[in-house]
Amino acid sequence: MPSDLSTEIDIIPQSGSTSVVMGGHVTIYTVADIQRRLTGLQDGADVELDLSDVTRLDTAGAWMVMTLKDRVEATGARFAVLGTRPETDSLLASVAQSMPKPETTPQTPATLSDVIERIGRGVAGGVMFVLDLVGYFGLFLSRLARAALHPREFRLTSLVHHCEEVGYRAVPIVALMSFLIGVVLAFQGASQLRQFGAEVFVVDLIAVSILRELGILLTSIIVAGRTASAFTAAIGSMKMREEIDAMRTLGLDPAMILFVPRILALLLMLPILGLIANMAGLFGGALMSWIELGISPEMFRTRLIEGTDVSHLMVGLIKAPVFALIIGVVGCHAGMQVESNAESLGRQTSKAVVTAIFAVIVADALFSIFFAQIGL
Amino acid sequence: MSMTQTPPEAIIQVRGLRNQFGTHVVHDGLDLDVYRGEILGVVGGSGTGKSVLLRTIAGLQTPAEGTITVFGNDLRKMDQTARARIETRWGVMFQDGALFSSLTVRENVEVPMQAIPGLDPTTARALADLKISMVGLPYLAGDKYPSELSGGMRKRAGLARALALDPEIVFLDEPTAGLDPIGAAAFDELIRGLSRSLGLTVFLVTHDLDTLHAICDRIAVLSDRRVLVTGTMQDMLTVDDPWVHDYFHGPRARAALAAQENNTGKDEI
Repeated sequence: MPSDLSTEIDIIPQSGSTSVVMGGHVTIYTVADIQRRLTGLQDGADVELDLSDVTRLDTAGAWMVMTLKDRVEATGARFAVLGTRPETDSLLASVAQSMPKPETTPQTPATLSDVIERIGRGVAGGVMFVLDLVGYFGLFLSRLARAALHPREFRLTSLVHHCEEVGYRAVPIVALMSFLIGVVLAFQGASQLRQFGAEVFVVDLIAVSILRELGILLTSIIVAGRTASAFTAAIGSMKMREEIDAMRTLGLDPAMILFVPRILALLLMLPILGLIANMAGLFGGALMSWIELGISPEMFRTRLIEGTDVSHLMVGLIKAPVFALIIGVVGCHAGMQVESNAESLGRQTSKAVVTAIFAVIVADALFSIFFAQIGL
Repeated sequence: MSMTQTPPEAIIQVRGLRNQFGTHVVHDGLDLDVYRGEILGVVGGSGTGKSVLLRTIAGLQTPAEGTITVFGNDLRKMDQTARARIETRWGVMFQDGALFSSLTVRENVEVPMQAIPGLDPTTARALADLKISMVGLPYLAGDKYPSELSGGMRKRAGLARALALDPEIVFLDEPTAGLDPIGAAAFDELIRGLSRSLGLTVFLVTHDLDTLHAICDRIAVLSDRRVLVTGTMQDMLTVDDPWVHDYFHGPRARAALAAQENNTGKDEI
């Protein structure tokens, strides 16, 4: 408090010893000032510290007294405290007892081998992570086979619930996103193609890019953001509260109960969402072509049917189940990595989203190469 | 309460406090005094609003009605700056320490010190080290992050931060919950030692009968939306109320009492 900023210090040098008289508040608010004023104290002389006029002394003040004592005694001189009350004595004693004794941990400078080791650990960690994901994929397949053989163990209610969460509730955002992408493509395509008088090819541009790539890729990215994080958060919070361990002790299989319905729901819903995205994208493109280029919906339809092979749609939709598996497995895997604290839940959730989106794009690139090679 | 004759200085006065969440009334007409230098233990069944009371006095919860006077100032009638000045005179230790997870323990303890004008970083660091040492943590714990500490160490670090500015009052929310018996006894000892040597007033919420026996000067029992009774441990043993009777005469209470009597016996020898 500002009102505490008053300390009186008198330094009275005498023959062979110095008397320091303090008064007022000797607290954390004044201790820095006091220390500054005491720097002028002569080294080597005995010091008598008189605290009888001190109205308030806190641990910071007591710490200052103790550091002064250490400083004086380090030069071989004597140090005495006068005029203390019993409570001051007990405070000084307890502070003296717990004066910190600095320790340092030995620090070794980083060498080249440390750097190499770190790189090696990083690479090994990455490989282990991918292997782990493959392991979870295998776990999902084996449990799926088990569910086919023993249908009683399969949770149909849970599957329906997750289909609703993953698929039905994602329809508005996916459709809107895809509609806007169609609009953007038509708009951008039109302004470029108009230069060559080839406006009508905007239909091919929209159809091929949406059906082959953008429809399913952007749907997967949205679903990765929405659903992979939801899987991680749901499974992770169960892991955090030891619900997963409780399931195991009750003889329930977490993979069967938690992973199968979620990943299966995604596997069923993502192609449907992709199809909805395709339609919304084409609709948006057709609308914009009509407004911007005067291509009537009938002309758009004719051009679409004549100029766009159905293989484009197939190439797009065949990727959906693969993306679904990637998103589902990454989400469930990250959920199981959550430790017993909230930070790890947040970390794993954002990691799941990043990993899922990245893996989806990598897979899409591999598909492009594959389809180019087989000439589709 | 019949605490009005020749009272010692009441550092906290709560009068007619009412707290409610929606239609759920937690406190109604609650009165409580906390005297300077004492260790007051607040007990009550689950859901009787012990923590809510602590949060209300510490200013984290706005009551629906009633006055809270701390150091003679009515908290609800104060402006921001006066309020902030009062707040440097108390410290709160939350149940799990509530340390800032992105800072080391030492930096956590230094946080309240940043408000002090003219305090140089070297001194602040040395004082933080002193506080860490006073709550019984090893020196190197200061460099660690909260997630690297055990539950008991986090509580100690939380106490070190609460004590950073040498407050006159500390609020402790379940200081020994989740500690093993040895750790809990050591923490009790720590609170009592600090309270005596620093002249602290301690307001603690607890379920731990050993803590009540070992360190509390006075006990306040919350029940039926108010403070049912306050008094020393001896007073509690004679209260008629069925809940209070069960609480202080149950098998655990008797064991704690016996342990305490054994201890005092040993001390006297």
